[in-house]
Amino acid sequence: MTDTTQNSAPDTRLEVLKGFWRHFKTNRGAVFGLYFFIVLVFIAVFAPLIAPHGATVQYRDALLVPPVWMDGGSWNHILGTDAVGRDLLSRLIYGSRFSLFIGVVVVSVALVVGICLGLVAGTFRGWIDTVIMRIMDIILSFPSLLLALVLVAILGPSLINAMIAIAIVQQPYYVRLTRAAVISEMSREYVMAARVSGVRTLRLMFVTVLPNCMAPLIVQAALSFSTAILDAAALGFLGMGAQPPTPEWGTMLAEAREFILRAPWVVTFPGVAILTTVLAINLIGDGLRDALDPKLKRS
Amino acid sequence: MAEDIILEARDLVREYRSKEGMFGKVNVTRALKGISFKLERGKTLAVVGESGCGKSTLARILTLIDPATDGDLLIEGKKIDIAKQKITPDLRSKVQIVFQNPYGSLNPRQRIGDVLTEPLMLNTDLPAQERRDKAMEMLVKVGLGPEHFNRYPHMFSGGQRQRVAIARALMLNPKLLILDEPVSALDLSVQAQILNLLADLQEEFNLTYLFISHDLSVVRYIADKVMVMYFGEVVEYGTRDEVFDNPQHEYTKTLFNATPRADIAHIKERLARTG
Amino acid sequence: MALLEIENLTVEFDTVTGRFRALDNVSYSIEVGEVLAIVGESGSGKSVAMLAVMGLLASNGHIQADRVEFEGMDLLNMSRRKRRKVIGKDISMIFQEPIASLNPCFTVGFQIEETLKEHTSLDRKQRKARAIELLNSVGMPEPEKTLKKFPHQMSGGQCQRVMIAMAIACEPKLLIADEPTTALDVTIQKQILDLLMDLQAKSGMGLIMITHDMGVVAETADRVVVQYKGKKMEEADVLSLFENPQNPYTKALLSALPENATGDRLPTVSDYHMNGEGAA
Repeated sequence: MTDTTQNSAPDTRLEVLKGFWRHFKTNRGAVFGLYFFIVLVFIAVFAPLIAPHGATVQYRDALLVPPVWMDGGSWNHILGTDAVGRDLLSRLIYGSRFSLFIGVVVVSVALVVGICLGLVAGTFRGWIDTVIMRIMDIILSFPSLLLALVLVAILGPSLINAMIAIAIVQQPYYVRLTRAAVISEMSREYVMAARVSGVRTLRLMFVTVLPNCMAPLIVQAALSFSTAILDAAALGFLGMGAQPPTPEWGTMLAEAREFILRAPWVVTFPGVAILTTVLAINLIGDGLRDALDPKLKRS
Repeated sequence: MAEDIILEARDLVREYRSKEGMFGKVNVTRALKGISFKLERGKTLAVVGESGCGKSTLARILTLIDPATDGDLLIEGKKIDIAKQKITPDLRSKVQIVFQNPYGSLNPRQRIGDVLTEPLMLNTDLPAQERRDKAMEMLVKVGLGPEHFNRYPHMFSGGQRQRVAIARALMLNPKLLILDEPVSALDLSVQAQILNLLADLQEEFNLTYLFISHDLSVVRYIADKVMVMYFGEVVEYGTRDEVFDNPQHEYTKTLFNATPRADIAHIKERLARTG
Repeated sequence: MALLEIENLTVEFDTVTGRFRALDNVSYSIEVGEVLAIVGESGSGKSVAMLAVMGLLASNGHIQADRVEFEGMDLLNMSRRKRRKVIGKDISMIFQEPIASLNPCFTVGFQIEETLKEHTSLDRKQRKARAIELLNSVGMPEPEKTLKKFPHQMSGGQCQRVMIAMAIACEPKLLIADEPTTALDVTIQKQILDLLMDLQAKSGMGLIMITHDMGVVAETADRVVVQYKGKKMEEADVLSLFENPQNPYTKALLSALPENATGDRLPTVSDYHMNGEGAA
């Protein structure tokens, strides 16, 4: 009395992870992005050990020193210094801490709140669904950066407030994704089976249904991680995010924009840092989508 | 009482209301138009019908997922109305269900062990170790093994999944099992295994089955009584032999005629007809 | 000369876990005017051969064969362009999910006329007339009205009729029906099978029925190929297959039919001692 097909694969979480990795690594770009990201995390964590100088130490005898490979550059300041003599490389290294911090906080806040609202809307439907979704539509109908600016203007310019504002702006995407996934999962038979065996609504929402909705949310989280960094940089550039002398990349850009012709490296390097980080995270996001989205799975 | 009736339905009616837009008029769809039947303990009642006949609606009412709009549902002689009363764990454990699609009815993120112990955790106060033991025991009973306890559903074939689904339904020691097309998604050879398993379990636990199906050959094999439904109504209700040997309603006859037959006489007749 | 002849066809798929052989050295052929049933359970590779013939395999599929010939033309080494001319015109196919096989964005009329545009030289008016004629021949009531309908406005049975109308639009010499009635109710299944058999008898086309249902085989086929795990188990005409199956797998399959049950228990495939090729 055995069925004809038998799968003898061991079944640990490790095995699930391995399967995931197998799909993930078929995407070269994603793997490259992941390596870059790991290096970035390493740099951020060990910033005080790696950085040659302090982030806010001003070398008054070395203002606007060019990078080492240009005329007048020196090994003391590999990427040069800015207008008040701070070492650019060190500031970029410390800046990675802020960027990652912004990404993590914004994504976690948006994800947690978004999942809760989306679950409520998708599970109960009816008027509560309508109320939540209309509020999300209203948020979506503003240009996102403008709304973030307004929120920061109300809350007062600081890095924390900028993060709150960006989290609110990103909220609707998570709510919508969760709601759509919940609604489609709710109609599946295993949900009904869980109900018949006595699962209450709260457990149904968080234990039964939610884990099956995570794939698109993880992808969205990865992609909006980079959006958060970009938005924070934009707010910083506009003077509404991290305040000087914080070595946040966007703020660094803003401080340096008057030297764009005289000392282009002061503007270029923070810009390149933002660009590569965002690109790497987007590549990871694409890889995650390929690996997690069963519709795109090729076997 | 001469016969031991475990489930009785009296004039069950189920209506679905849907609105056209926000202010549109309310449409009422009658999915069940007064269903009555009695089900004796230890027997199998087959409900036969095609899509849209209301058999799935009936299953939802009998498993206490949806309330009936009108009519009475009696389980072991007691009237149940889930719109008015709360479902106690005791009541919950009387009726369980096995669904058609073994790929959709198991939570893909839940290990088999958790699938089986969850009903016990929610409805009884057994300690974890005992729940685990019971689940292991049940796995063996449905023809799987303890080694399957920690696996995820995607590692199983359709037939194995259906065994898990049956095991889950039996964890609370139900008296009545609603089988909603339990074999129609399975291959022929696996179908035979599952039907055998169901027969064994019925004998062992003295289970009563309500077997929903569209496949007449399966119904003929497994049923004691047969009820044919057509657009929310019962058009034929009787013992298996009565219904199969002497169908009364026009629809039942159409259904019998339409069912492909794999016997040799029938093939010979067809070949002779076409030349 | 056979209509379609397949000799030692092997199909393999690349997967993440390695190469998977879906079809293993299978040969069969179909004559003009014949109904051939290919029967097997899931994983038997029963549709793979036909998908390979039609050129519908996913990009990770690899085909190997000694011969795949349609009316003496080599299908495997034919140029894409020539092949497109044959497929869709001389060979056409209908699928299991009738509603999903029609494009939900276009009306039935548009989709039928599109097929006609591709493969015939009829002008617009003639195409419309032909579409109505086709819908008539597959038993659709009010064909003019049906032309303007979208797939979601019709039932599964009606969609399958439309699919059949599209499939026979260019009077194919071979029609491949891949589980054409599995998604349908029994009474509708009967109508669709009757329609297919009727059309086949009238036009004399070859018909390949891919199915898992022994009942459907018994109701339609002249000749049967039984497949199991990518291998051909048995080939016989329908009567001798049911009367006197040779292969242990076929025997097991037939006795697992509930209507053939003799005792209390149904014999299952594993109850039979399967040796050699058929071993699970």
